[in-house]
Amino acid sequence: MGANELSRREFLKVTAAAGGFVLSAGWTQVFAQEKYGSDSMPHGAVDNPLVFVSIAPNGIVTITCHRAEMGQGVRTGMPMIVADELEADWSKVRVVQAPGDELRFGNQDTDGSRSTRHFFMPMRRCGAAARAMLEAAAAARWGVPASEVQARNHELIHAASGRKLGFGAVAADAAKRPVPAAGELRLKKAAEFRYIGKGKTRIVDAVAMTTGRAVYGQDVVLPDMHFAVVARSPVYGGKVASFDASAAMKVPGVVKVVEIKDTAIPSAFQPLAGVAVIAQTTWAAMKGRDALSIQWNDGANSAYSSDSYRTALMQAANKPGKQIRSTGDVAAAMQSAAKQLKADYYAPHLTQAPMEPPAATARIQGGRCEVWSCVQSPEAARNDVAKRLGLKREDVTVHVTLLGGGFGRKSKADFAIEAALLAKELPGKPVKVVWTRTDDLQHSYYHTVSAEHLEGGLDKDGKPVAWLHRSAGPTLMALFGPDEKLESPIELGMGLTNVPFAVPNLRIENPEAAAHTRVGWYRAVSNIPHAFAIQSFVAELAHAAGRDPKEYLLELLGPPRQIDPRSVNDTWNHGENPKLYPVDTGRLRTVTETAAKAAGWGRKLPKGRGQGIATHYSFVTYVAAVVEVVVDAKGQLQIPRVDMAIDCGAQINPERVRAQMEGACIMGLSNALSGEITFKAGRVQQTNFHDYQVLRMNAAPRAIHVHMIPGDFDAPLGGVGEPGVPPIAPALCNAIFAATGKRIRSLPIRDQLSART
Amino acid sequence: MVSVTVNGTARSFDGDADMPLLWYLRDVLQITGTKFGCGQALCGACTVHLDGVAVRSCQTPMKAASGKSVVTIEGLDAKGQHPLQVAWRELGVPQCGYCQSGQIMQAASLLKQSPLPSDAQIDAAMSGNICRCGTYTRVKAAIKRAASAKGA
Repeated sequence: MGANELSRREFLKVTAAAGGFVLSAGWTQVFAQEKYGSDSMPHGAVDNPLVFVSIAPNGIVTITCHRAEMGQGVRTGMPMIVADELEADWSKVRVVQAPGDELRFGNQDTDGSRSTRHFFMPMRRCGAAARAMLEAAAAARWGVPASEVQARNHELIHAASGRKLGFGAVAADAAKRPVPAAGELRLKKAAEFRYIGKGKTRIVDAVAMTTGRAVYGQDVVLPDMHFAVVARSPVYGGKVASFDASAAMKVPGVVKVVEIKDTAIPSAFQPLAGVAVIAQTTWAAMKGRDALSIQWNDGANSAYSSDSYRTALMQAANKPGKQIRSTGDVAAAMQSAAKQLKADYYAPHLTQAPMEPPAATARIQGGRCEVWSCVQSPEAARNDVAKRLGLKREDVTVHVTLLGGGFGRKSKADFAIEAALLAKELPGKPVKVVWTRTDDLQHSYYHTVSAEHLEGGLDKDGKPVAWLHRSAGPTLMALFGPDEKLESPIELGMGLTNVPFAVPNLRIENPEAAAHTRVGWYRAVSNIPHAFAIQSFVAELAHAAGRDPKEYLLELLGPPRQIDPRSVNDTWNHGENPKLYPVDTGRLRTVTETAAKAAGWGRKLPKGRGQGIATHYSFVTYVAAVVEVVVDAKGQLQIPRVDMAIDCGAQINPERVRAQMEGACIMGLSNALSGEITFKAGRVQQTNFHDYQVLRMNAAPRAIHVHMIPGDFDAPLGGVGEPGVPPIAPALCNAIFAATGKRIRSLPIRDQLSART
Repeated sequence: MVSVTVNGTARSFDGDADMPLLWYLRDVLQITGTKFGCGQALCGACTVHLDGVAVRSCQTPMKAASGKSVVTIEGLDAKGQHPLQVAWRELGVPQCGYCQSGQIMQAASLLKQSPLPSDAQIDAAMSGNICRCGTYTRVKAAIKRAASAKGA
């Protein structure tokens, strides 16, 4: 979520200048400038082929990928776009990873489902410009007009004379030619694409990943490397009161014990207070840490308890809050409605738990710091490391490894700053900070916890005439600004304020909620609770009206129309131009109907079996899901199949779009079935995968069918990484209701089904 | 002193015999294909073969590996062409790829015992291996493909 990063930068700028902070000022400024898409991101987009493409005399084309690979396939997708426009033979393409340098590469914050939608066109221009330079170089060699030379599958061809040259033969000449202006480029027509849209390109790292050669942040190996683990404050904002390292220092292999100083709340991406043990192996460091004796000063957040916070949130959601959007007269319409419904939903804290726990290696020598790490935003990591060490940005290098999953956790490079601080203790030697799973679960940037209160009024025909939604949950903006208690435009714009229903009287409110831990972003972010509540409530209204949930959902979406996000008080719109990216209820209807049709919606099912449907717009993409469940008499749940339909515009690499939907389905189910982080006395109670349970193969759907709506390659693209997640939980809960009559309003589902009578 | 064979090479280790095999492989031998995921045998990312059987290297102390043969993902097939590795690539199983060393090693152990495993056998053998990217349906499909390729 780099728009968030943008707001952070705006925030830092504003606070530095004025000593205060008004969030809306930052956003107003952004929108006043009317910068959207990649233009709205720090350092924008770069399309210069001299930055991204090099061609060796032997014809091997090396393409730099500037975005971080975390499973979404970006190291395949980005270079593939360049290679296609370049007319390169994919078998002769190599991919290298860019270090963090946004001045050179443009925005690198790999977050917010933005890479392809922001860089499809720049990468096409990049490839097309390189192709034009090769053609011009070959034409000069032959003394013919450049218009007569065509690049084709790694060759330059002069059709009139039948002459041919390989890319390598003219590469050096081509690199000396001026880069053509964007307006002079001839981009391919979609029909000419070799790789784009085909889904036939194998994952760039597939061999490395299946042979153990892929290098992740945890895997960095350097000469004379040392290993560190950190005991961190169990409570957000806590400090080290005192510590005794004598026993730790006696552990064989332990080299040094170092305190990491706290950062005052809000601590943004700075490390938590802690005591680090540096050793010759990770094992020795872990044993050393076990031997530490630390007294903590917990601070104000030691009172944070999930039980009492839940009660407080529920109370907050049942009282009026800040009005976010209002149409018609909800109070009057509710009063005169033939039927009124109320429901309270609860969605707990979650954590990303990428399979690779955070890790970073740093080495400081000659006044320079070099970092190797699995970071989603290497430029942010670079700046944060520089700032904390008191170095200039130019004196910090951040190399980006593969990420063993990110899901938002690795946007916050607190672990890279830790590595840099510890490397300072062993000048000239690389120090790798290893986070254990327990570290990861207990010191994350947690997905918000929220209470969602909904009220609906139906007329005598069961049609919805009034809709009230209150959403209360701590905001991720509390990471950056003190006392932030309201959802930011980013969070509101994740399906809450821009709910696209055709209801004449509608009001949305946001009561206050204070953050007591590091609230961060997790794949799909606030879309998760918003979609869960909204799409569950639609099914509840349908049931009250005695209607089919899918038909009722379509009726609520109303006739196909394009909603200007600004007209529904969504000032964010995922950072995209509201004119190019309206909320299109026609597209929502299409994905809903597509998923339903493919799933065989409405077919007669035996007792204990049911289907549920949900649809949601997020990251400027439309996704619907139909989940089918079987629940036996003991409450054991199985998922025979899931059908998902996605309209993200054209699919650049359809094979990876499919993979992302499959993965989003699993993650959405995981969240709903067992995902929950709880706090007691300010401390996270979960310690590993036995008590933070995630979906395993035995509970996974037997089949996930992904249906992709064709799109126009010249039309704006939507995001892919995140939008598959939000509809899954409500579709699952709606299916459970259809199968059992049990309505799940509080996540996770865990053993709620076995308790049914 | 612990003597152990790793991917066919005889090794001896005179450090802490309680150190898990995982850290010996990763930190001492610097063979990093075997991944650290949980440290408590809960996720399967660290799966290797000990005398031909899949074990969690994070819960295998060096002394328990003494005199035994360890095969890691790097040693599964000299050319990286084990039928599972081939099937994994053909079906585009990996997303982030981090858990896949462990998935493949676990699956290889399964296929040794059950050359043509049923769905239930695959579920039973593979449910100790977590994939947060959610590649389970493809993992299962790739195991079936490799099994039939082997059988053919």
